[in-house]
Parts: sequence; structure tokens; C-alpha cells
Amino acid sequence: MSGDVVDQIFIRAKQWLLSWLAGAPDWIIQITSSLLNIFALLGVFLTLFALISVLERKILGRMQNRYGPNRVGPFGLFQPIADGIKMLIKEDIVPARADKIVHFLAPILIAATAILALGVIPYGRNMTPFAIDGGILFFFAVGSTTELAVFMAGWGSNNKFSMLGAMRAIAQMVSYELPLIITTLPVVMVAGALSPDVIVTAQAGYSFGFVPHWFVTTPWGAAAFVLFFVSGLVESNRTPFDVPEGESEIVAGHMTEYSGFKYATFFMAEYIGMFAISGLAVTLFLGGWHAPVRVLQFIPSYIWFFAKLSALLFVYIWLRGTLPRTRIDHIMNFAWKFMLPMAFTCIFAAAVWHYMGRGLAGWLCSLAVIGIVYIALSILLDTRKRFATRTYRFAE
Amino acid sequence: MLREYLPVLLQIIVAIGFAASVLLVSVLAGKTGTRSALKDSPYECGMVPQGAGQPRFSVKFYLVAMLFILFDLEIVFMYPWAVVYKEAVAQSSSIFWSMLSFITILMVGYVYALKKGVLDFKK
Repeated sequence: MSGDVVDQIFIRAKQWLLSWLAGAPDWIIQITSSLLNIFALLGVFLTLFALISVLERKILGRMQNRYGPNRVGPFGLFQPIADGIKMLIKEDIVPARADKIVHFLAPILIAATAILALGVIPYGRNMTPFAIDGGILFFFAVGSTTELAVFMAGWGSNNKFSMLGAMRAIAQMVSYELPLIITTLPVVMVAGALSPDVIVTAQAGYSFGFVPHWFVTTPWGAAAFVLFFVSGLVESNRTPFDVPEGESEIVAGHMTEYSGFKYATFFMAEYIGMFAISGLAVTLFLGGWHAPVRVLQFIPSYIWFFAKLSALLFVYIWLRGTLPRTRIDHIMNFAWKFMLPMAFTCIFAAAVWHYMGRGLAGWLCSLAVIGIVYIALSILLDTRKRFATRTYRFAE
Repeated sequence: MLREYLPVLLQIIVAIGFAASVLLVSVLAGKTGTRSALKDSPYECGMVPQGAGQPRFSVKFYLVAMLFILFDLEIVFMYPWAVVYKEAVAQSSSIFWSMLSFITILMVGYVYALKKGVLDFKK
């Protein structure tokens, strides 16, 4: 089967490389195998980071009716290299009042945890860098460390703007971490495992040959996906939830006192965190590496994964080009008063869906559960003032 | 069992090593300019820094953090529940009702916190 060869080409390549080590002790082979995975992962995602950073600027430019970077290399594609060199040769300024150790450790911690979270996502058939049973739990455990790093950056800088940014970042990140974690629970329930590989396998198959069994096609899955996506947006501090680094208010938030490549490290960690969250969203709700229709299964699995990932990343950029910044109290209210009850509702909708036999009846019942709670919440939370009659005043 | 986590350990080492080495390169390649007391002062938009570096914060931030810990602990309980749900519900539906009652009790506390104005940032 030629399709299978292309699908497994990276696995074959790795096995071929490992065959050079034939006869070596078992643990050497294992370590080499993991290192190959890790360096491949780093290579792919750092390239993707460079690509996305220039594409984002180009897409935003187009959205604002201008060109975006187009001078360095063909179509401006070498812009990230120029940016990287510029960042590397900048002077690294550490303010005298800063806590030097904490200030230095924060960018390392934030970059390391962002890279670490990428490891549990299945990128294709048999292509999970480390297949551990508690993959989902590991992802969130590592992801929560980002908040610590952000706080270290804010505290270590000993600057008012940094501290304000860090406090805002932590307040919104912990608030949205709850919906983020709770919306994965229905998927865990239905798949019956915490391993991303099992979750992807549970989404295999098609109804009528063209409706994939992705969890996003069920009412609870669709609701959970939207909640998960919005929470992911907040976790990666992207517009419209970028108050922690709102340039017009608090300079650059927790990154105010960072210069040179330390600043770039924060920037990189933010993007890689965004890739990790989107990758997890693809894994949990969009069927991982499965093809959307049966006839397209001949296309290799990793291409499907990265196609879905790119689609989500485009939405991130699109939102940045469209929405204005939200106020911090609105963000917090939205998390606690709307997202949290809706996330709990998704769990029960999924429970009902499973209990009713996963058929059409379950589909409709779970839709009803989500609909009722959604309408009830929107009535309860409706704080719009009844508009007073508008009065016009004219210059005489 | 532990062998499964060896790649995780390796990745931690590589990730920290990568971040640290990149910063090291930037220290080596970076420009070193002259330093002065003014340049080393905290950035406050060009003004002379006023007062302490860390200002006082609204107590709301701490209340939010406390609420978070409350719910986070509860989610820790819910993960094992979610993993065994599929098998347990096949025998009896009591697993569903027990979690529903657990969340109902939690929601009472949640509504109390909201009524007390924990999220009322304007006050």
C-alpha cells in the first residue's frame, strides 16, 4: 500500500536511523529514540513559530488593508530570521532593583513548559512523542506552570507595570483554566481514558460515510469545543483577552522589563503555548489526525492534523484582526458566570448522550440540556439597562 | 511504568537546555552598552520611578484565586470519576446521580460567593 508508506514515512525514517544502533543496549536505543522525537518536535514547532509569526503579520496587514512584511526574502518570508538576529544582538538590560535570579529564570521556565506541553499530542498515526497514560492530566499540569512563570516575571521585575500585568494575567488565566479543564472532562468520560491516543481512536469512523465521529459533531462536543477554544484564547493571552500586556495601558505587562532575546523567549512561549492548546483542541474535539470524510483517508494523517491546527491558528489571527480588547471585569464575569456553568452542563449533556445510547435520541436530549441551560443563563445574566429615550441636543 | 516517563524527563532537560542556551547565546552575541543609574531604573514611561516597585492590590484578586483553588480541587475529584464513568454507568446510573448531587452542593457555595460580590470588580 503506497498510502501507508507515506503515512508512516517518519516512523520508517526513525526506525532506519535506529537500525544503525542495532546491538546497542536497550536503554541507549530508547534514549536515542526519545531524543529523535524531541528534536523533531522542536524543529517542527520552531519552524512553525517562525512561519506563523510572519504569516500573522501578513494576514493582519491584509485585514487592515496594507501589505505587512514583504521586504526580507521572497514574500517577506525571511523576516523571522532577521527578527531573530536582531533580538540576539540586542543589549540585555536587567534593572538594578530587579530580583536577578527570578528575573532570569522566568523566561526559561515559560519556554520550557510551553515546549514540554507539546509532547503528549498525537500528531499522526503512531506519532505521539511520548505516549503516557495520563497525557491530558500531564498537559494541564505542565500548562499551569505558565502562570507561575508569568508571576515570576512580574514579581522579579520589581516594576509596577510588570506586577499589574502579572496579576491580571494570573487572574484571568486561573479563571479560564477551570472551563478549559472541565470541558475536557466530557471527552474523557466518553472515551474512558486520559490518554490522547485513546481519545483520537475513539473518534474514528464515519456515519453515512461522510459525517465523521468527531466529538465536535455532538451538541455537547460543539459546546465544549467553543468553550475550550475561548479558554485557550485567554490562556495564551491573545486578543481580545490580552489585557495582561495591553500596550496602551501597562506598556507590555509582565514583559516590560525584558529586553533582547528574553523578550523574544516570552513571545515564543506564547506562540508555542497557542500551538499546544490548539493541538489539544484538535485532538479532543476535531478528531485528531483522522480525515474529515472517508474518501480523503489516503492523505497522510499528519497532514490532516496540521491542516486542522492551521485552521485554528488562522481563527486566532482572524480574531486578533477583528475584536477590540475586553475589559478585565468583563473577562472575569464571563468566565465565572457563564463559562463555568456551561462547562458543567457539557459534562451532564455528555453523560445523558452516553446514557441514551449515543444515537439520535441522545443527540437531541443533550442538545435540549445545553439549550435549556444556555437560555436560562442568558436570561439570568442579562444586565443590559433598558435604554432611555435618546435626547438630541443641537447647536442653535 | 517508569520507563514510560523517561522521554518526559529527557524532554524537560532538552527544553530547559534549549531555553538556557538561547539566552546564553544572546548574552554572548548581545551588545554591551554603558550602564548608568538612570538606565538601570525600573521603566515607568521615562518618568523617575515613584514609590515601591510592587503596589497594593485589590483583595478581589485573592478571592478569585481562592475560588479557583476550590474548583480546581473539585476537578481533581472529577477526573477519576470521568475515567470510570463509561464502565460504571453500564451497571447502574448511581454514578451519574452522585456526581450531580456533588456539583449541586458545590453550586450552592458558588452562588453564595457570587451573591457576596466576589466578582464585583467595581466596588
